[in-house]
Amino acid sequence: MINLTIDGQKVRVPKETTIFEAAKKMNIDIPHLCYHEDLSIYGACRICVVEIDRRPRLEPSCATVVEEGMVVRTNTARIRRARKMIVELLLANHPEDCFTCERSQTCELGKLAYDLGVRELRFKKARKYHYEPDTTSPAIIRDPNKCIQCSRCIRVCSEIQSVGAIEFVNRGGRTQVLTFFNKGLNNVECTTCGQCILACPTGALRERTVVDEAWEVISNPKKFVVVQTAPAVRAAIGEEFGMPPGSLVTSKMVTALRRLGFDRVFDTQFGADLTIMEEAHELIERIKNKGTLPMVTSCSPGWIKYIEHFFPECLEYLSTCKSPQQMFGPIAKTYYAQKAGIKPQDMCVVSIMPCVAKKFEAQRPEMKASGVQDVDVVLTTREAARMIKEAGIDFVNLPNEDFDKPLGISSGAGVIFGATGGVMEAALRTAYEIVTGRTLPRIEFEEVRGMQGIKNAEINLNGLSLKVAIAHGLSNAKVLLEEVQKGKSPYHFIEIMACPGGCLGGGGQPMPTNLEIRKARAKSLYQEDKNKPIRKSHQNPAIITLYKEFLGKPLSEKAHKLLHTSYTKRNRY
Amino acid sequence: MKVVLKNIEKRGYKGNIDSYLKEGGYNAFKKALKMKPDQILFEIKKSKLVGRGGAAFPTELKWEFAKKCKEYPKYVVCNADEGEPGTFKDRIILENDPHLVLEAMIICGFTVGAEEGFIYIRGEYFKAYEILKRAIEEAERNNFLGKNILGSNFSFKITLFRGAGSYVCGEETALLDSLEGKKGQSRVKPPFPTFVGFKNKPTVLNNVETFANIPEIILKGGDWFSQIGSPLSCGTKLYCLSGDVNRPGVYELPANITLKELIEKCGQGVRGKLKAILPGGVSSNLLTDKELNITLDYPSVQKAGSMLGSGAVIIINDSRCIVDLAKRCAEFFDYESCGKCAPCREGTKRTREIFANITQGQGNLSDILLLKELQEVMYDTSRCGLGQAALNAVRSIIEKFPGEFKEHISKKKCKLKICPM
Ligand SMILES: Cc1cc2nc3c(=O)[nH]c(=O)nc-3n(C[C@H](O)[C@H](O)[C@H](O)COP(=O)(O)O)c2cc1C
Ligand code: SF4
Ligand code: SF4
Ligand code: SF4
Ligand code: FES
Repeated sequence: MINLTIDGQKVRVPKETTIFEAAKKMNIDIPHLCYHEDLSIYGACRICVVEIDRRPRLEPSCATVVEEGMVVRTNTARIRRARKMIVELLLANHPEDCFTCERSQTCELGKLAYDLGVRELRFKKARKYHYEPDTTSPAIIRDPNKCIQCSRCIRVCSEIQSVGAIEFVNRGGRTQVLTFFNKGLNNVECTTCGQCILACPTGALRERTVVDEAWEVISNPKKFVVVQTAPAVRAAIGEEFGMPPGSLVTSKMVTALRRLGFDRVFDTQFGADLTIMEEAHELIERIKNKGTLPMVTSCSPGWIKYIEHFFPECLEYLSTCKSPQQMFGPIAKTYYAQKAGIKPQDMCVVSIMPCVAKKFEAQRPEMKASGVQDVDVVLTTREAARMIKEAGIDFVNLPNEDFDKPLGISSGAGVIFGATGGVMEAALRTAYEIVTGRTLPRIEFEEVRGMQGIKNAEINLNGLSLKVAIAHGLSNAKVLLEEVQKGKSPYHFIEIMACPGGCLGGGGQPMPTNLEIRKARAKSLYQEDKNKPIRKSHQNPAIITLYKEFLGKPLSEKAHKLLHTSYTKRNRY
Repeated sequence: MKVVLKNIEKRGYKGNIDSYLKEGGYNAFKKALKMKPDQILFEIKKSKLVGRGGAAFPTELKWEFAKKCKEYPKYVVCNADEGEPGTFKDRIILENDPHLVLEAMIICGFTVGAEEGFIYIRGEYFKAYEILKRAIEEAERNNFLGKNILGSNFSFKITLFRGAGSYVCGEETALLDSLEGKKGQSRVKPPFPTFVGFKNKPTVLNNVETFANIPEIILKGGDWFSQIGSPLSCGTKLYCLSGDVNRPGVYELPANITLKELIEKCGQGVRGKLKAILPGGVSSNLLTDKELNITLDYPSVQKAGSMLGSGAVIIINDSRCIVDLAKRCAEFFDYESCGKCAPCREGTKRTREIFANITQGQGNLSDILLLKELQEVMYDTSRCGLGQAALNAVRSIIEKFPGEFKEHISKKKCKLKICPM
């Protein structure tokens, strides 16, 4: 342990603690920009500087390790002046369009400028660089003009996601974050996971917004507009309205969406239950017929794009099941459209997703099983919240309403899809009962839950010891996939989610999203599962009817046509 | 008294291995091979040699720290990036006496327990590169480099690595990143390269001139070396005299010489009337004729409010506009900032703009205060020496030539008609 003094108070912290962390323990949140709790230390914005006795200069607290007897001050005139000036310098180079910026409410640079009392920009005649925004991606827009070179996006992309689609190029004031040879995010190995958006302190990275398109279809009288909402949205959207992280607001959300003017409010969890039916049967088939194992889940489109770029020779391991969003789409436009007497081309499917990659997924050429584009408009949680705000709806005080039937009926298994390990648990609940013919003695599989990067478990399925593994965040996924690639994977079934924590930590979720918040959201999803009368996908009555009336049985020809897909080998650049 | 240039200044000296051997070359290494590493360190310690790359850090300490590290492999790196404007001493050594540096690096490797060395050479030094390449081949052929050197169980190899034209790559940690094939940007210090250097292994990194002193120290002893110069700065220093002097050039002198003597004896006087002196290149604070009597050793120059740095003494006469000089310094640092840390990246950019405005008659008196504050903040918060020192010259110009500065701003006038008002 190391003893030091911070702002006159004595503290004892373990070796290798940084001054920043030590101060945090004393409830001092030293202002910072390039520091991010999930990422390596970069030490470049210099906002977090502090005074240390016997050091000639200020030192960055995030990058300075404590030493015995150190005397540190975190708030002196010299420090305040330095921080303020650095923010002024950053602002001198920044477009002054805060009013129209996507991040005006959540911009860390703007907040810092406010907190530090920057009320005047002294560097007036500052020349600004005018760079072309990168608009190549269907999911993500990069506006280099708003970039403050904090490298958080670069670090999240390489450290958490093992992708490395973006890097700094050029020197000095001409430094920019760019893709390989500036080819644009859509033409390199970007997975469209959107984690870089969550990491970015400014408006330099954002989702490609389709709020206008959503309003347009809603107000088009010729369109029958159904909306589906992913599980993770209900555990997070409340945060956009000032509610504590993890507030479970399913019924308020339904009310709000109905008031926005959607003709039907349905649930992606119905799609999730359907995914489980198909996926569990696919797994059982593969095990029985000695098919390709391990089988790897395919419901995270960021993960799919990752494997297509980085492990193109491993595509056969993927389940052929579409994601819940993309199962829901064609079922809505065929089964439900027939039932409701609507032509598929008159129907519009809008989805609300915690995810940015779902925007990309909906536009994949394979996703036209219904004859038209299966999912028309994909909104993130943040975009949906903005529509609710735009409509002036007092979300927090809304009454509760229920999803429409039948595509709004779901089981608890569908709920937990939103958390890492949830797909696995949902699949196990169904697979166990199909294979053994017995009711599960204990419905909760605690061993597959939680925020550990890679989890594994063994489940006894009628004498077969089923080995499963779960990874979230692509760096963790990479570890499991490398085993698969070498033919050394001991598992039968692997669940992978591109985003840390699973969909509840998706790139389209409210900001900030951090470990604590991810945990809170997971907790409320597991709570919702507990509250559900039906907690297994195969017991969802609407699913049972769907198979009876329309699909026949899982993996039937029709199911294959509508609910399964194929993958594309992709290059790295 | 010559230590570094002792061979070079001899008539007919060619710098190839034959000439070098004829002058007693590699005898220091042969002597070192028979010494214990601790004895070598002791001699260097007694010599009181400090780094000649700019920071004046005791060389013996670097070597000792690296030697004590239990991590292997260890590396020796010679900083031959020589990017500071007005510095051209390392080139003279490399082009004319390359073996002197190789021998020193080999001694260093032997002392600290390293088997591999690199010379990071400025990209534009084409001739020096070719000469060094040949010298390394000669040394290999004579088994001063390679496996089991001269029958001992010590092996050492040296690889040449060319920079790509970035000033900041002369900063030791940026150099190491560049050497590793990364973008040349500074690392967080501590840890220092002696402990965590090339490929995160212990690394001794010294300037060309620093190394060039080593063989003589080994041959003649640390005490002999420490008698040269003054107790404040032992040994000689290579001064790069340039600008408005009658005889610019590289001069090796004991470090107790005064600025005046350097200019008058070596430089044969100022061309025109003296206006200012940059004693350590564009990173140093400006001196004026009031400071001509300081001795050119590290502590004395520092006491006068500037720094000796690499010894780039630039003379400025009264035909030069001081605001134009500040502008040029600002442009240099804006161009060369690596762009990693916010204060330097943005600060150098803004400084350049402010000077562009002032020299076009669009300055503001408030710019003066702003520049002073910016200099203090950049010194206080920049990540590496580049940003910390970037506004030194500017600051001293504001302070020492307030009249000329204010005239540009208030009267929008450049008396010398240099600024494009
Ligand atoms: C911006 C910057 C540029 C530098 N350029 C050089 C250089 O070109 N050559 C050099 O030897 N040292 C240069 N240095 C100093 C090195 O960081 C380092 O202190 C030196 O090479 C150590 O060697 P020494 O102890 O022998 O002086 C530079 C430092 C900074 C901050
Ligand atoms: S979306 Fe994901 S993969 Fe693409 S650049 Fe951002 S972090 Fe990297
Ligand atoms: S895009 Fe955002 S996260 Fe990335 S370096 Fe720029 S400001 Fe930082
Ligand atoms: S001070 Fe300048 S050169 Fe040094 S790290 Fe910062 S930006 Fe790069
Ligand atoms: S937060 Fe510490 S340097 Fe950026």
